[in-house]
Amino acid sequence: MDALLRLGDDALVLAQRLGEWCGHAPALEEDIALTNIALDLIGQTQSYLSLAGSLDPDAPKTDDELAFLRSDREFKNLLLVEQSNGHFGDTIARQFLFDKYALLRAEHVAQQTFDMDAAAIAAKAVKEIRYHADHSSKWIIRLGDGTSESHSRIQKSINDLWKFTGEMFAADEVDIAGSIAGLLPDLTALKTQWDEEIDKVLLEATLVRPEDGEMKTGGRTGVHTEELVTMLAEMQVLPRTHPGASW
Amino acid sequence: MNVTQEHLREEFDAYVASDKKIEPKDWMPDAYRKTLIRQISQHAHSEIVGMLPEGKWIGRAPSLQRKAILLAKVQDEAGHGLYLYSAAETLGVERADLVDDLLSGKAKYSSIFNYPSLTWADIGAIGWLVDGAAIMNQVPLCRCSYGPYARAMTRVCKEESFHQRQGYSIMMQLMKGTDAQKEMAQDALNRWWWPSLMMFGPSDSESTHSSQNMKWNIKRFSNDELRQRMVDMTVPQAECIGLKMPDPDLKWNEEKGGHDFGEIDWTEFYDVIAGNGICNKERLEERNKAHDDGAWVRDAAVAYSEKRKANKQR
Ligand SMILES: [Fe+2]
Ligand SMILES: [Fe+2]
Ligand SMILES: [Fe+2]
Repeated sequence: MDALLRLGDDALVLAQRLGEWCGHAPALEEDIALTNIALDLIGQTQSYLSLAGSLDPDAPKTDDELAFLRSDREFKNLLLVEQSNGHFGDTIARQFLFDKYALLRAEHVAQQTFDMDAAAIAAKAVKEIRYHADHSSKWIIRLGDGTSESHSRIQKSINDLWKFTGEMFAADEVDIAGSIAGLLPDLTALKTQWDEEIDKVLLEATLVRPEDGEMKTGGRTGVHTEELVTMLAEMQVLPRTHPGASW
Repeated sequence: MNVTQEHLREEFDAYVASDKKIEPKDWMPDAYRKTLIRQISQHAHSEIVGMLPEGKWIGRAPSLQRKAILLAKVQDEAGHGLYLYSAAETLGVERADLVDDLLSGKAKYSSIFNYPSLTWADIGAIGWLVDGAAIMNQVPLCRCSYGPYARAMTRVCKEESFHQRQGYSIMMQLMKGTDAQKEMAQDALNRWWWPSLMMFGPSDSESTHSSQNMKWNIKRFSNDELRQRMVDMTVPQAECIGLKMPDPDLKWNEEKGGHDFGEIDWTEFYDVIAGNGICNKERLEERNKAHDDGAWVRDAAVAYSEKRKANKQR
């Protein structure tokens, strides 16, 4: 259940952030692209959270109950995805670092046979995330190798977010149990692949890979940055104000 | 006007009168071109500004499914803006210049988007009534004499009808819900009903562009005809879900086979057009901020593609 919540919450929290861009992107084409990504992520959220909610037959929960009625301490997403949008480069950097990880993870989940329902969801997600990763990588390259202003801005975005990348690969009990069962990937192996993918794009973008400094973690156990509480307050306002109502 | 011009003009009028399509390379009177540029770009701007009041509720959509539907809808509106700017570009203008006119306040967009979206029910009311009125206005444009506009509208109208249905479905669900939800729905109808009737423009006696546009097959029905259709379509839909129309003068007129309805507050109508709507200033500021904040990104994209081109030539 926790493994599925992680998958679902990563998608939900990032989608919620991307939704904030709507109508404010640098060009109409990007309004369309960012909402499209958000839309894919909401679809993934619905699938993963529905599956997670069905696992306890004594207390089944719907995707909406999990999304709208849990507190921040019960959310299991990465700290990276809850970080505020900042400027377009910040959003793209966050997306790029996550997409490359999410793609490798979904590819694994799609191929494992421990949980066939999760495999089916991930198989669909892989196609979507491939497009997201392509979109964010292309922007990293355009901004990195664009003007000197865009180069320094995107470099700073990557530097600033780098401290949240360690959490993706910091395996805890859930990851270890999940990887032994087969559902989740081995994070050490995943890290090697992720490093390669990231380095390849950064090189083409003429950007420098930051040093691994102190990494921030806590999201996977429900200890979040201040960003998440505010986000959830907005997201959950209607179901919380009108308990039991249908929409 | 010299002889050839006059001849071309006569040919053009006859061609249009026979319900044929004008294409970008065909000769067309200057006034026809100008009218179309104005109308198509205003329409494009409306799609873009229209994303703002609804976009504000994406973050607060009360279920994952509603959030997905709203995202899809607002994404469609951005797409409509794109096709319409492209249709306008076939007339020899550039999107960037049209956008500048919007941002400077020189170009108009639909006044409806200068009303605030205050509750979740407003998202229902906007889809049901505003997209509904837009469909009423736009379906006839699918047969407009200018080919690229007609084709863009055909695509747009298909999506607008999904928008209207999702709006009505929000209202229906609210009316099946708690007292607070029902109140929310009624309140939204009360606030959006009159502005959505205003979307059909001034009454026929006041309308300035109408008759020439009718001749050119840019307009097929008068403002008042379309408004009447909107009323007749909406009243039974409201009744069906238990909403009360906010118009004490509304009643069925057997003789005309349609509803009689109250007089629109034309002072408010002209006031909002003049820029004194509740959100005129916010909407334009928001668009301007997005545009300014994005400048470095657009510059980077241009610089990058120029570098690529230069590299290829080498
Ligand atoms: Fe539209
Ligand atoms: Fe429209
Ligand atoms: Fe629409």
